[in-house]
Amino acid sequence: MARLYDHHTPMSNRRSPWLTLVSLLVYAFLYAPIAVLMVYAFNSSRTNIVFEGLVNQGPCGPFYWFCRLSNNHEVLSAAGNTLTIALTSTIASTIIGTMAALALQRYHFPAKTFSEVSLYIPIVIPEIVMGIGILVLFSALFRWLNGALSLEGDRRLALGLGTVIVSHIAFSIPFVTLVVRARLHGFDKAVEEAAMDLGANEWITFWRVTLPMIAPGVLSGAMLAFTLSLDDFVITFFTNGPGSTTLPIYIYGLLRRIITPEVNALSTVWILIVLIALLVTQWLQNAEDPFRAVRILARAFSPLFQWLRPGR
Amino acid sequence: MNILKRLRDKNSRRGLWLISPTLLWMIGLLIIPLILVVITSLGQRDPDGNVIYTFSVNNYLRLIGYSFNAPCGDTPPPCFDDLYITILWRSLVLAFQTTVLVILVGYPLAYYVARAPARWRNLLLFLILIPLWTNFVIRVYAWIMILRSQGVINNLLEAVWPVILPVYTVLYNLILSPLSAFLPLHLSAPGAFQPLEMLYTPGAVLVGMLYEFLPFMILPMYTSLEKIEPALYEAAADLGASAARTFWRVTLPLSAPGIVAGTILVFIPVMGTFIVSDILGGRQVILVGNLIQRQFLDARDPTFGSAASIILMVMTLIVTIFYTRRFGFGEEIASA
Amino acid sequence: MPEFAVELRNVSKRFPGPSGEEVSAVKNVTMQIRDGEFFSMLGPSGCGKTTSLRMIAGFELLTEGEVYIHGKPLGQTPPFKRPVNTVFQSYALFPHMTIGENVAFGLEMKGVPKSEIGPRVKQALEMVRLPGYEKRRPRQMSGGQQQRVALARALVNRPEVLLLDEPLGALDLKLRKEMQLELKTLQREVGITFIYVTHDQEEALTMSDRIAVMDHGVVKQIGLASEIYEEPNCRFVADFIGETNFIEGTVRSVDGDHAEFEAGGLKFIAVAQPGLSRGTSATLAVRPERVRLTHTRPGDTPNAYEGEVRESIYIGTDTRYLVLLSPTVNVRVRQQNTVPVGMPALEGPVGVKVWASWTPDSARILVE
Repeated sequence: MARLYDHHTPMSNRRSPWLTLVSLLVYAFLYAPIAVLMVYAFNSSRTNIVFEGLVNQGPCGPFYWFCRLSNNHEVLSAAGNTLTIALTSTIASTIIGTMAALALQRYHFPAKTFSEVSLYIPIVIPEIVMGIGILVLFSALFRWLNGALSLEGDRRLALGLGTVIVSHIAFSIPFVTLVVRARLHGFDKAVEEAAMDLGANEWITFWRVTLPMIAPGVLSGAMLAFTLSLDDFVITFFTNGPGSTTLPIYIYGLLRRIITPEVNALSTVWILIVLIALLVTQWLQNAEDPFRAVRILARAFSPLFQWLRPGR
Repeated sequence: MNILKRLRDKNSRRGLWLISPTLLWMIGLLIIPLILVVITSLGQRDPDGNVIYTFSVNNYLRLIGYSFNAPCGDTPPPCFDDLYITILWRSLVLAFQTTVLVILVGYPLAYYVARAPARWRNLLLFLILIPLWTNFVIRVYAWIMILRSQGVINNLLEAVWPVILPVYTVLYNLILSPLSAFLPLHLSAPGAFQPLEMLYTPGAVLVGMLYEFLPFMILPMYTSLEKIEPALYEAAADLGASAARTFWRVTLPLSAPGIVAGTILVFIPVMGTFIVSDILGGRQVILVGNLIQRQFLDARDPTFGSAASIILMVMTLIVTIFYTRRFGFGEEIASA
Repeated sequence: MPEFAVELRNVSKRFPGPSGEEVSAVKNVTMQIRDGEFFSMLGPSGCGKTTSLRMIAGFELLTEGEVYIHGKPLGQTPPFKRPVNTVFQSYALFPHMTIGENVAFGLEMKGVPKSEIGPRVKQALEMVRLPGYEKRRPRQMSGGQQQRVALARALVNRPEVLLLDEPLGALDLKLRKEMQLELKTLQREVGITFIYVTHDQEEALTMSDRIAVMDHGVVKQIGLASEIYEEPNCRFVADFIGETNFIEGTVRSVDGDHAEFEAGGLKFIAVAQPGLSRGTSATLAVRPERVRLTHTRPGDTPNAYEGEVRESIYIGTDTRYLVLLSPTVNVRVRQQNTVPVGMPALEGPVGVKVWASWTPDSARILVE
């Protein structure tokens, strides 16, 4: 580690230029592939092996591949699936995880230790083992159910959107619970007692006092669950079926066939969406009053909501 | 008796009610599947690819090398084949290598950000987060574009080849040729530009792993480093410690929890990866993850695949337990 | 007979401790608190005062006994159904609501019509001298202001009894003294019964009509501030409240409500608790400010002995002395520095011989 430090400079707050250099190199290392990816999205070569120059085709010009993307039904359907799965599993796992966090942080009950331990398991076993396990479960389950209920053809139970969603909920719950528990840790119970003292029964206390106060934690947990679901590959790989392809699975499939710059365009779009989402999150977290920020966002989006209103 | 009394307690009832969906999911999609995997691993595969549920340790024996129910290449069973031991060992080695590399490469950056002025810190952290939240598969794909024979690196090399050639000729004749047996890369004699074959080598897989898991190590290390109050550095200097000694005796020990947490976050997934080795390693690099993947998809022997999964899980657990016993668990609250 | 505002009868609270044994927080406590009085529960940490308060509020269930409010037993009624309100030590304001919403909360829970809520909140805030603060948020307010909001939030509901759990603990000294007077005045204005918990005896003496002194879950003495101070019934109370000299010795004889006491070869006459008899080991308690120092033997009290000044400490308002009367008896004396009464020499009177004396009624003989 000697290379990090300039031996002639005493350890003060000034950083060694070597350290800065190394850090910059690491940052470059982190971003070079992303940059390459985005550049090749504008490749005019169809086979995308060599960069042959800026593409300029059709009505979209340099954004040719991006436009093709918007017409690619497979991609759109995969994107739709990804979003559906992410939204559904996020909502479910956030509710379930928050309940679990409250249970573990505030109550004593038999099976408490068992619950705590089982919540740690998804974190310490490799994802592939969990994926395999769920696959084995569903295979056996469906085989038995299909036989027992004599289901044929289209009515046969098989891997699909449902199995993926259920699996995503399974791996999201521990993370939501972890985040919400961290938030509950420093919670001043006196506030809940104050609410009850003023006449609120337990249910009202929860809705009007407890929940708003842990809301930032719950939201963090939800966002974590959302990202985990959006990005997931391994578990989805083992639990999906025809018609429930998600974007990561789709891209993986493409990589074994012809790789056109379309894949790069898709990747670029994905990266940009993530970037924007992260920026919004940061802004929300830093806002003086997060609820005010949410209100501003809602107001900004209201024209969209008006437009989407049925019966327009 | 005690449980019954506790069940009647209102407090317990509410706690149980709140935890019930979680229990449902964890038992149903975690515990039961794992039990099923164990059961399956003890079964046998029938000629149609279905599972016969019996009690047989043949699959485990085959993993160790003693195959009783499947041919080893051309030899019919019973035979000895150390293929699977090799795969397991290779996965372990790769996980270990990746972890060490990730610590070495990531630590300087973690240190840099941790000691940066407060107003830059958020931005610098943010820059580390972005690749993390970008999709796994996409990032691996990017490396194909960089490493392949007509990829970015080779393109760059080709462009500067006229400049490099003389230097390379000298190096090759004096040093590289005599040592060529020890080097991981295949080097050709100096002359016209020959692209480096980097893709589909173990080196490519290692680089891919390093890239994928670097942020997972940087973040916990950063968290630990950031907690060290600056006054400690000043105190060390005040007491006569040079920069290097301050690092060894103060910084490193205090940042150890972060390293421990990061190791757990890196080691476990690497052990089970199959994507990186699949995409960047092709058929050349097979890890446990690939083995399992193939058993369930191509070879259609779920019993063998299950056995491999159990072995993988046990290996990972052993290493993790041993590690946390020695070093502690480390706080790894995700900083989303 | 007029009913009491709050009555505790034989109240006990026990719960399982860390190692499985039973811990008694409150042991067989009985108290009557009158309407409109400022009643304090005073004692060191762990004496059971907060637990008792929480049992009145409904946050702890009683193991034994009963709590009555205006004659009605409360039983297991949950806190949100009790006609009492609490001011918490940490204020416990709702961080996600404005001050106005905080204060209005209790009214909202009771179903008070919206038109009435606004004016009542306004009035409550004016009462605690925070007019116009409705739109602010708790985190924008100082500790003292937050405390007043907590007060307003509780009082606006016009509870039958107001419970206060060491509300001034987090404030700095000067602010605390100001708030003590404010609370006292407020209580007089509003006329509601206040039950106040504190470990600061000066605070309790300043504000309360009556005080209950507690130790280890048991009530030691209940009475007016002056009673508690002048007539402590046990060593604990005498020690906890103010400063006291304790002289160990034996009772020589008893004569009505006085007794003769011997300690370290000296004899004293003092007020005797009922139940004392000849030969009992006891403690003589006399407050430092009751001890009079003179140059010559005073003739008006049998409790006069010559001694030597061992220490003299000047602290502005008074000077405090330590006087040795016999090898085993020494007394701390406090004298106000009003010129020219008392010992004239302030510079180094150490070693000087003086006569220390006090009247028989100034001292009490205590048994525990």
